[in-house]
Amino acid sequence: MSNKINHSMSLAKPDALDITTKQKIALAIGIVGLLIFVLALFNTNFPNQGVFLTLALGMISLGIIVYSREAYLTKLEGIKNDGVWFKSISSRGIWGWLVGIILTSFYIVLYFFPQYLGLGADGAVNTGLISLFDPLSQLLSGRNASQWFVYGTLYTIAILAFGYKFILKYRHNRYQQIRTVSVMFFQLGFAFLIPEFMYVMNNDLPYYDLKSVWPLNYYIFDEWSVKGFLSNGNIGLALILFGIISIFVITPILTYKYGKRWYCSWVCGCGGLAETAGDSFRQLSSKKMSAWKLERWLIHLVLVFSVVMTTAMIYTYLGYDSNNFWLTKGVFISLVIGFLIIVFTGVMIFKRHELGKDAKYGAIGLFVVIALLVIMHFTGTTDHVFYAKAGTLRSAYGIYIGSIFSGVIGTGFYPILGSRSWCRFGCPMAAILGFQQRLFSKFRITTNGGQCISCGNCSNSCEMGIDVRHYAQKGENIVRSSCVGCGICSAVCPRGVLKLENDSMNGRINPTEILLGNDVDLMDLVNQK
Amino acid sequence: MEHIVIIGNGISGVTLARHIRKLSDKKITIISAETDYFFSRTALMYVYMGHMKFEHTQPYENWFWKKNRIELLNAYVEAINTDNKSLKLANGSNLKYDKLIIATGSKPNKFGWPGQDLKGVMGMYHKQDLENLESLAPNKEACNRAVIVGGGLIGIELAEMLNSRSIPVTFLVRESSFWNGVLPQGESEMINRHIKNHHIDLRLSTNLKEIKSDNNGNVKSVIIEETGEEINCNVVGLTAGVSPNIEFIKSSKIETGRGVKVNRFLETNIPDVYAIGDCAEQHEAIGNRRPIEAVWYTGRMMGETLAQTICGNRMEYKPGHWFNSAKFLDIEYQTYGWVFGKKGRPDYEQHFHWKHKDDTKCITVAFNKNTNDFLGINTFGIRMRHETFDTWLTEKRDVDFVMNHLSEANFDPEFYNHYEAEILSAYNKQLQTT
Repeated sequence: MSNKINHSMSLAKPDALDITTKQKIALAIGIVGLLIFVLALFNTNFPNQGVFLTLALGMISLGIIVYSREAYLTKLEGIKNDGVWFKSISSRGIWGWLVGIILTSFYIVLYFFPQYLGLGADGAVNTGLISLFDPLSQLLSGRNASQWFVYGTLYTIAILAFGYKFILKYRHNRYQQIRTVSVMFFQLGFAFLIPEFMYVMNNDLPYYDLKSVWPLNYYIFDEWSVKGFLSNGNIGLALILFGIISIFVITPILTYKYGKRWYCSWVCGCGGLAETAGDSFRQLSSKKMSAWKLERWLIHLVLVFSVVMTTAMIYTYLGYDSNNFWLTKGVFISLVIGFLIIVFTGVMIFKRHELGKDAKYGAIGLFVVIALLVIMHFTGTTDHVFYAKAGTLRSAYGIYIGSIFSGVIGTGFYPILGSRSWCRFGCPMAAILGFQQRLFSKFRITTNGGQCISCGNCSNSCEMGIDVRHYAQKGENIVRSSCVGCGICSAVCPRGVLKLENDSMNGRINPTEILLGNDVDLMDLVNQK
Repeated sequence: MEHIVIIGNGISGVTLARHIRKLSDKKITIISAETDYFFSRTALMYVYMGHMKFEHTQPYENWFWKKNRIELLNAYVEAINTDNKSLKLANGSNLKYDKLIIATGSKPNKFGWPGQDLKGVMGMYHKQDLENLESLAPNKEACNRAVIVGGGLIGIELAEMLNSRSIPVTFLVRESSFWNGVLPQGESEMINRHIKNHHIDLRLSTNLKEIKSDNNGNVKSVIIEETGEEINCNVVGLTAGVSPNIEFIKSSKIETGRGVKVNRFLETNIPDVYAIGDCAEQHEAIGNRRPIEAVWYTGRMMGETLAQTICGNRMEYKPGHWFNSAKFLDIEYQTYGWVFGKKGRPDYEQHFHWKHKDDTKCITVAFNKNTNDFLGINTFGIRMRHETFDTWLTEKRDVDFVMNHLSEANFDPEFYNHYEAEILSAYNKQLQTT
């Protein structure tokens, strides 16, 4: 046995697989590309920024592409997860921690200290890394780069280059390929290019990524944002209406038909990064029961927080007089209360049995919230409390959830917590879509009779930390609200036991053991409670 | 309280324990010297390949056993005394039982080859085999070549494992084509080509003559019977099937043959002693099944059945329609009903075989040429729905119905290419010409 420290804690010896010479060259190319950014960070004055930016982005992409081609095209098609738990970077080894720390630091600087990246304050010219991106920003929207533009560019490059890697890795699986092309398309078009072009067309419009729906896009109903839209005539009004329709109409319909996967693993940028750049870390998400319990509390708390915060924000800038604008504080509060009641009544009438105890807790919580809102509104205290709190809530949400949770922890901790820790523990959008998916959706993962051998490949690969095997070995359909429908469990199953399906609502939930192969009478006995 | 003692913590023993707990409050003890906790044996290969860590092969978290009051005892049973209902453990202590279940599984076959006990010769069944392989063949520098003897499912999995660490493999198969005792010719030949595509040195119709040792008692090479060729290697994997792991039972009064003899109720000749899983041998085969079935699913079903008996509802072991599955490197295999290879094929069984031109997908449909009854299907590279075939077999559908409704059984992921139309037209064409 080797004397090397076994970082992976695996039974087997790590570093069993070395990378090839070609992969080493590819790595070198990529690192030289990164080096250009590091030099820029330290205020190196590049003579022709456009050329160096192109060079840096090009070399990074080229490095990833060459590396991936060597990794996958030299082998036959099929699942090739060989050595995932031996490699330091993908098994919480030294490289994993190092990458995690670098990414996290980058996020902290990006969100809280953009001046260190060279952002010119108060109209001053950019320097450092951000100025390197000025030529590209000028080309797209005719203005200088911001830290968000730098981030957006790097983000898009990551999804495109690692998306290519993902497509190669799963080239035997058309579901994975099509899904990845979709994610790449939405990132490049909707999240990156279209908002820039929208700025060129009408430079007063707030930044709007059309595919980003409230509450993920938590600033859409902020006063400045709504004013920005409304002061832009029909286009602005259309955009804000589209935002509202997205939440109440488009999203539920699509989730009903396809499950939340239409968003989480086909469209969403956070999901896109997790699926592509984060793919090497998907096995790291915890599958323990304790993690599942934490997840359910955390994600719903974030959802409640974002609902309250948005309500408070909107409430504070509405007026009392219906002659000025039909949507007054009173109407708005009534609308919110009415909507909450409709949703919960619907759930209680139709889905009481499926939710069990959770429904009771939900109902109690709802009545407390509504009672508070009514009392505060009619005693006039809402005004004081909301006015004082709305701004605080908003900035607290922005810092703790919008920045730290989604960015710093969610992405920075990929190599430690797995690729979807934000989607799993913190995303309020995932909570809403998950609620819809659990209650009314044609989507489920079906299991194939008695064919499961409990090997655990499915659970190991689940980025959302679902213990898929727990269901598969009982022959039970998987209708978990957290499932993003990435389909990797199905892809890695060596016995073809799992399949993502959109089918009728009937028989979607089958909480009985339907392991086939046995005598029919025995199965009846097994399912007697 | 009645004390149920289960020897062996594999799928049979653990399924039994779980179902007894569901149905009753009895005291349950599972004894194993192999591992502390239940793990999926079929997943051991993925640990060596680095897809998973060993703990990921354990379907239940460690707190599960205590919560469900299933006692786990890490011990080795040396002898069974059925007169006073006690077990003698290797640590010298005794354990009393009220009901005893033998679920000790299998061990790899050895056929008396010279050198079969040298250091470097191993099977691939127990967790200890995996640890052994890890020290013998950590990488291609420590192990220049491995030779695998015997062409079955474990053999090809071992080849895939070694292949994942770039260790060259020579694969000696006694038969003229891979696993053709079970697989029909077309399928077996496709897998032959598939194995070679993975740069595995497959030698068909080849027998092992002897394993040679170096001065330290390690494996040095193997000699091939037919040609006398000597192949240098550091590891020899013996994967020529498995047989029941029952050595320690032979000194007891429990009747054994190749395995522990049981009746259809999984009872041995001694009251309150039962056997399930790989180590159980039926007095008479059930239908087309073999008296001993070393299959994951069979072990699971026996555990479910016996739990009923032990909890007061005496029940016969009645397996339903045969099914099984495996993976040959990158090709998934599923079978439903009966499709025979050369060996043991009834006269009335006729096959329809279709193979895709990319040479990684094929199906074989077996039917009764006299009555046209559908008998079974093998699929390679196409996933099929268990429930659908189970229903069709119960309803005794004819082969035309099955071929015309094949798409209903498809279980491939969305956006995959479908081949049912192509298969059906091939089927119709073949029927016209024959």
